[in-house]
Parts: sequence; structure tokens; C-alpha cells
Amino acid sequence: MAYKKSKVQQFIFPKTPTGVDGLDEITNGGFPKGRPTLICGGAGCGKTLLSMQFLIKGITEHNETGVFMSFEEPSDDLTLNVKSLGFDIEKLKADKKLVVDHVRVERSEIEEAGEYDLDGLFIRLGYAIDSVKATRVVLDTIESLFAGLDNQAILRAELRRLFHWLKAKGVTAIITGERGEATLTRQGLEEYVSDCVIVLDHRVIEQVSTRRLRIVKYRGSTHGTNEYPFLIDEDGISVLPITSLKLDNEVSSEVVSTGVPGLNEMFEGGGFYRGSNILISGTAGTAKTTVACYFANEQCEKNEKTIYFAFEESPQQLVRNMRSIGIDLQKHIKKGTLQIHSSRPSLNGLELHLLTLRKLIREFEPTTIIIDPISNLITVGSEHEVRSMLVRLIDMLKAHNITALFTSLNKQTDNFRPDLAEESVSSLVDTWITVRDMEGIGERNRGIFIIKARGMGHSNQVREFVITNNGIELLDVELGPNGILTGAARQSHKFKKTMSDIKLQNEINRKDREIERKRKVLEANIEALRNEFESAQEELSILKATEELQEKLISKKK
Amino acid sequence: MDNSADENSTAKHKFILFVSGMSVKSGHAIENLRRICDKHLQGNYELDIIDISRDTEQAVAHQIVAIPTLIKTYPAPRRIIIGDLSDQEKVLKILNLSE
Repeated sequence: MAYKKSKVQQFIFPKTPTGVDGLDEITNGGFPKGRPTLICGGAGCGKTLLSMQFLIKGITEHNETGVFMSFEEPSDDLTLNVKSLGFDIEKLKADKKLVVDHVRVERSEIEEAGEYDLDGLFIRLGYAIDSVKATRVVLDTIESLFAGLDNQAILRAELRRLFHWLKAKGVTAIITGERGEATLTRQGLEEYVSDCVIVLDHRVIEQVSTRRLRIVKYRGSTHGTNEYPFLIDEDGISVLPITSLKLDNEVSSEVVSTGVPGLNEMFEGGGFYRGSNILISGTAGTAKTTVACYFANEQCEKNEKTIYFAFEESPQQLVRNMRSIGIDLQKHIKKGTLQIHSSRPSLNGLELHLLTLRKLIREFEPTTIIIDPISNLITVGSEHEVRSMLVRLIDMLKAHNITALFTSLNKQTDNFRPDLAEESVSSLVDTWITVRDMEGIGERNRGIFIIKARGMGHSNQVREFVITNNGIELLDVELGPNGILTGAARQSHKFKKTMSDIKLQNEINRKDREIERKRKVLEANIEALRNEFESAQEELSILKATEELQEKLISKKK
Repeated sequence: MDNSADENSTAKHKFILFVSGMSVKSGHAIENLRRICDKHLQGNYELDIIDISRDTEQAVAHQIVAIPTLIKTYPAPRRIIIGDLSDQEKVLKILNLSE
């Protein structure tokens, strides 16, 4: 990995892949090649398994042969122990890929008289290495020697010699050690002569146990310094890096539809960005699951593989409930585009949940996942742990360009902006939609609004929506004198509006008639005046004619 | 004490000594062992010296870790002593040969 990552021409510290899922990422490529690595930790924290996995994966994946020198468990026990994890040591031994040598040092049988050294061990180890040309060596647990032999001075000197000898041999070695009280190991020696030190830990916090791993030292290389939780399951050990070292995942500008009619229009782009993560929060019964199912349905319709993690409902229940609002999830399940995984969050620790997610993502390769609800995970871990898990989850999803939709239940008691009381994941998500109750005048209505949408303009309105047998329907915005109206207020407002509309129409009609009447009166007046004028004209013209006649007569007389 | 001496005289002691090449400690161990045996067993013993640098498989078979290692195979009980056997008294005590 580290090989690929380096952009500039520079010296790359030679490393050997660890074979442990995730550990290569933290160590930037693996254990130091050709050098000894110390793995220490208390009882039962997975030292033997980790080292065995290192050998076996080396053989199966990198074709590097190995030697396992066990000081504690006889070879047969070891074979049996790791068989349950799917590792077949016997076969590898038969194929001359692996040598397992059990070194038994029994204090009761051995007496010491005089000076000695551990040449026997060196020769056995050398013989084992040469017989299969091993490049990977494990010594588990070297401290047993201190329990079996008395002369500490010799042992310490010989141990130091062993580390140098391993280095000279050029094998990549893992040495395991029990954890000491003040120092990393009991003898306080190994950590100084190793080139890389990894501490394993197994802690129980609030009845939930978590295994953790930390790189204490790594000569000549950068490494992640945090404590990383790891898991042991049927496939061996996997480490979950808390956060990727970088935030450099690719982003997509493609937009996927929300599936809810009307909600798309609230986003300027018409939906969510592919590969973004969306949080739907709200109090109980605000249709978070419904919105989530709508999205799942929409994605399945487009033949996008979708995984739905339901922490509250069984798949059957979910399918039935969604059918009641006209969404058929069953057909997607049958077609294989949808998987519903139901489990109680308390079934596993957080880490195992994350790993399950991770595995399913790897196997099923979905483009969409839905987690309903993430707030339930709080019951498993503390808020801090949940957050750290979600960060890792989101990182992982981003890296795979998977669109993720989470729902989150808010506590009803949070009076102060219940929509914002979040598991502090709010800063992690790209898009945040809140569905909320809007109570008033004896009824409850559902409203949906967008709190944030990174990189996309969005509506600032609280939209009311109703759920009918046909599904979700976002209602048009109804503006009243005091803002947006919902529910009964919306209806009464509508009614009032209709009434006033009719009244207005009547008024207009009345006015029209009034005008008509006025016009008629005016016209009548005009007619009367004209008649008057005509009669006056007539009279005047008669008078005029008479006068003219008289004039004629007078002139004739002259 | 006499009893054990009698036993020793009748039964042959059998030893295997594991050494590694020509190391100083190995040399010392061989010397010391021969001296003890000659003195206390009057030559009535069998000694195998195995050089594990050449005969590595024997080291695995006998669970050898430290060099030199002396294993007394007969008479019972089987005893394992590591070191160059310079602490003669301790060796005698362990081998049950002390007077």
C-alpha cells in the first residue's frame, strides 16, 4: 500500500505485509522487512493468533514460507486452536511451507550447573529456517525461557543476541511477549531491541469488551499512533483503523433521487450526491423509517444494490409495514438488489457491528446502505465510542463511494430544538434532513426540512407531508398571515380563503352591475338632453323662418 | 550411601551430552564430565556426545535449548543438566553420585 501511496520519489522503507486486515494500513505497509517485531499484551489478547495469521497469510497470499517456534503450546494444540479459524497448519506443514517447532523448557526437569548459552535454540531455529527457506519467523512466547531457566543474566544476553541473529538472518520476525507491569514486557528488554513494537490490549468497559492494538514504536517509518480496535472472528484478526490517515477519497457529482416525491425539489440538484451520507433525524413516529425505505426503494428500482440494516424491525415486519403505504420491498429482495439485515444492537459490541458492515460491503458491494437507526447503537457503547465508530464507518463508506442514509431517533425530552440534539454525528454527515412533529390546536402534523446539504442549495421551508395508503406526499406550502400553515389550520385557512374568494367575486359582480346601471342612467340622460336640444332647435328654426318671411314681405312693400 | 555406590558399580551409567561445534563451553563440559565420571564411576559409563551443529534433528528430538546440555538416560530418574558442569558438587548431587 505504502508503495502505491508515495507520490514523490523517495526512499521507501522495506516492509512485509502483515496479512492482518487493516494492520497494513496503520503500519503503512506492514512489519519492517528483515527485522524483529515485538507483539506484547496480556493473556488472551490474541498475540499467538496474530503471529500465526502473519505466517499463514504470508504463505497463502505472498508465498513466503514461515517458521513458528512455540514455547507454550505443543504443535498439536496449536494446530487445533487455529483450525477453528480456518487455518490448516497440517497441510502447510506437509507442503513444506511451514515448520512448527515446540520448544519445551520444563523447570522441574532441568538443573543448571555452570555456564551455558542458547545455542541449541539458535541451531534449531536456524535449521527450521533453512529447511523451508523461511522469510517469516515467529517466536511465541520467548519469555517462557525466563520461567524455565534460572540464570537471568545469561538469558538477557542471549535474548539480545537472538534479536541480532534474527536480523542478520534477514528474516521478518515476530516475537511475542507477556505484558509487564511497568514496562511493556516482563523483562523490559525486548521492546528496546525490537524495531517495531505493537501492544495488544483487551479491556472491558461497561461490560463490553473491546480489543485494541497500538503501535508503540516503529523505527524508520511513520505509523498510526492511535489505539485501534480489532476483532477476532472466524476469519482471524482484523484491525479497524479509526480514521484513515488522509481524507482524499474521490467524490462524485452524480445526483441520486431521494425517492420521495417533492423532496427532490427541495434540493437544488434534485437529490443527494452519490457517495454522500445523509442523516434523517426526528423524534419517534415522524416517519424516518418510511423516508429511508422510500430511498431504498428508489435505489432498488434503479438496480442499485442496497443493504438495509434494521436495528428495530425484522425484515418481515419492515416489508409488511412498507406494503401498507404502497412500497413493495419484497420484490427487490427477491430480485437480489436489496438485503435487509436485522439484529438487535446489543447482540454485538460496536466493533463487531462495524465489522459486519464492512464484510457485507465487501461481499455484496452495495452502492447504497441504510442504517436504521444509528441512535440505537448508543445502547451498546458510550457516545464517544459510537462517534468514533461512525467516523470510521463514514470513512469506509466514502472510500467505497457508497451513498449512506442513517436515521437517528431524538429524545422526546429535549425541548430545546429537539431536531438538533444529535449524537454529534451531525458534523460528519453531508446532508441532514429533519422530520419533526408540529403540534398545535389539538393535532400533530409532520414536517420535513433540510438542515444542511453540503455543496447543494436547498429549500429553507418546513414542508408538511402526509402519509396515506399511497405513500408520502409533500404538500404545497400554504402561507398564512402568520407564516406557514399546517394540518387543520391549513384546511381552515383554505376554507376561509374560498369563502373570501366567493365574496370577492360577488362584490366584483355587484360593482359590474352598478356600473351598468350608471351607464344606463347616463345614457337616458343624454337621450333626454338630446331630445330637448332637438325641440329647441326646431323651435328656433321656426322662429328663424318666420323672421325671414317677415323680412321678405317688408322689402316687397317698399 | 554405600548402596548407591554398589548400584553404580553394577549398572552402567548412560549419558548424552549435547554440544555445539567447538565452543569453549562445550569443551569445558566434556572435560568436566569426563573428570567426574572417571573419578566417581571408575570408567563404568557410556557417553554419547552429539554435536547439534551437525546433527540438528537430535536437538529437536531431545528438546535442546541450551548448550551444553547433559542428559542422564540411565539409571532412572532421567535428569537434564545444562551448563558447562563446572559446579562439580552440584553435578554430583544432581546425578546422585555424591559420597
